[in-house]
Amino acid sequence: MTRSGRGVELEGRALVAGEAAGPALVLEAPLSLWGGMDPHTGRLCDHHHPQLGATVTGHVLVMPSGRGSSSSSSVLAEAIRLGTAPLAILLAEPDEILVLGALVAGYLYARTCPIVVLPGDHAGAIATDDRVEVHGDLITVVRSQARSEEPGRPAGEA
Amino acid sequence: MRLSDSDRALLAGAEGPASQLAMRLVVEMGRLAGAAELIDVSSAHIDGCLYHGQAGLDFAERLLGDGAAVRVPTTLNVASLDLLHPRRFRGDPETAGAARRLMDAYVAMGCRQTWTCAPYQLPERPGFGEHVAWAESNAIVFANSVLGARTARYGDFIDICAAITGRVPKAGLHLTGRRRGQLVFDVRALPDGLLDQDVLYPLLGHLVGARSGRLVPVVDGLPAGVDEDRLKAVGAAAASSGEVGLVHVVGSTPEAPTLAEALQHGQPLEVVEVTPAMVRAARDQLTSAGAPEARLVGVNVGTPHFSVAEFGRLVALLAGRPVHPEVEFYASTGRHILARIEALGWLASLEAAGVRLVVDTCTYVTSILEDTAGVVMTSSAKWAWYAPGNLGVRVVLGSLRECVESAVEGRVVRDDALWAGS
Repeated sequence: MTRSGRGVELEGRALVAGEAAGPALVLEAPLSLWGGMDPHTGRLCDHHHPQLGATVTGHVLVMPSGRGSSSSSSVLAEAIRLGTAPLAILLAEPDEILVLGALVAGYLYARTCPIVVLPGDHAGAIATDDRVEVHGDLITVVRSQARSEEPGRPAGEA
Repeated sequence: MRLSDSDRALLAGAEGPASQLAMRLVVEMGRLAGAAELIDVSSAHIDGCLYHGQAGLDFAERLLGDGAAVRVPTTLNVASLDLLHPRRFRGDPETAGAARRLMDAYVAMGCRQTWTCAPYQLPERPGFGEHVAWAESNAIVFANSVLGARTARYGDFIDICAAITGRVPKAGLHLTGRRRGQLVFDVRALPDGLLDQDVLYPLLGHLVGARSGRLVPVVDGLPAGVDEDRLKAVGAAAASSGEVGLVHVVGSTPEAPTLAEALQHGQPLEVVEVTPAMVRAARDQLTSAGAPEARLVGVNVGTPHFSVAEFGRLVALLAGRPVHPEVEFYASTGRHILARIEALGWLASLEAAGVRLVVDTCTYVTSILEDTAGVVMTSSAKWAWYAPGNLGVRVVLGSLRECVESAVEGRVVRDDALWAGS
């Protein structure tokens, strides 16, 4: 992890390479997109998830891992088709099911969703509403206004 | 990754664009999993036939249009429509049309019209040590755990690619070392009375899955020879609350004659002592707040699809009594099981009692329920886990007996004796 003038830079491993930039949505628990996210609205609909009702659309989704159903590939591909998918997905461990959904969408619609694995301690450097930029393996995090106003707590140690 | 000559030929497009794309995706998944090579599979089970939107249909029709055909025997999971009872579907005609096109595309690629999430109930099923490419999380757990066959956790898109190429990455649960039990759940503290109850098994699966995540769990301390329906319930629940693809049940599943063998003679990461309170907590997690006191509108059983033995228990518990007129009672199953219960004379008595049979699909993945405003009871942990998100209903998890008594009385009936002291 390095800190530059523009924010914190993290080195991940792109499973689906691409470019994206936008505010982060950090999930507190793993999410199965199937049964957990409505591709028509981009909202979380898993009643067991602490962030039920949150919207992934327009956000860089940061989560520990996918979970549960293998139909999540279809849901991600459909969300990419409809434009409701996250801008990018950052995971603590690789998830083949999500990668497949992104690859198939790329094949069918020439549109995809970058997916990057970040080591667990690095993912902790990102909080909801931080601005995250994804360039292939490289992630830049600019802490949100609210976080940067907290005295003595630089991004990455929150 | 080492590829065979025929893998390379497919990749180069020697057999057309469909098998080229399928091989590309199989190879991509192999790279991601760090596989050294691909291996043959003897059968496939496809989950991609359930309609989730245009993307899945576009993929299937693209493959079909490019000349795709499966090269190993391939069964189909539940779809969105009950083709034998088409009026059960209450969604819009446009969705029904797209869902039907999806089903037709997979059949046209050479898949068998089994339409069941319990392919292990079909007469021909994989044997011990056989490599297969199965999708559908409960079928995966059953194949690995109960049959001792070997499948990784395949899902939409890659399932049909494996069927088209007959190849999968040598990775995940195909590898002996990845099948080693890691987390032990010791159930010896549970009272014998609870071990005798069918309802224990989905609840046990739920709590095992929730604590296991991606680890391989081992259940130790159950009496030997747990029947297949109970093992099915454990696996389906564990694969819903966790990413479980294999659960060893010591004394019942083929790779776990003893705890030491389930652990491949290693040490577990942790031993969890399962208490009655944990089982009760699992039941409460699978029951919506306030639901037991609310108006009962439905009962749903058969997730995963009901077996002949489970129908036998349902017929016995109903004992000729009709379902309350204000309760919709659905039992989901496969066509092949439907034919068998019809031959046994059970279908007529169930229909006379007001039980509505659903085949080819399942009530929690498609639009079938007439009333979703009240509370629905189920004996399935998987139904209870997914239905609130998919259908917007509130649920009560109960034993099959509790479900039947509730259906007959038209209100949620709980067997307090079952839960006393837990």
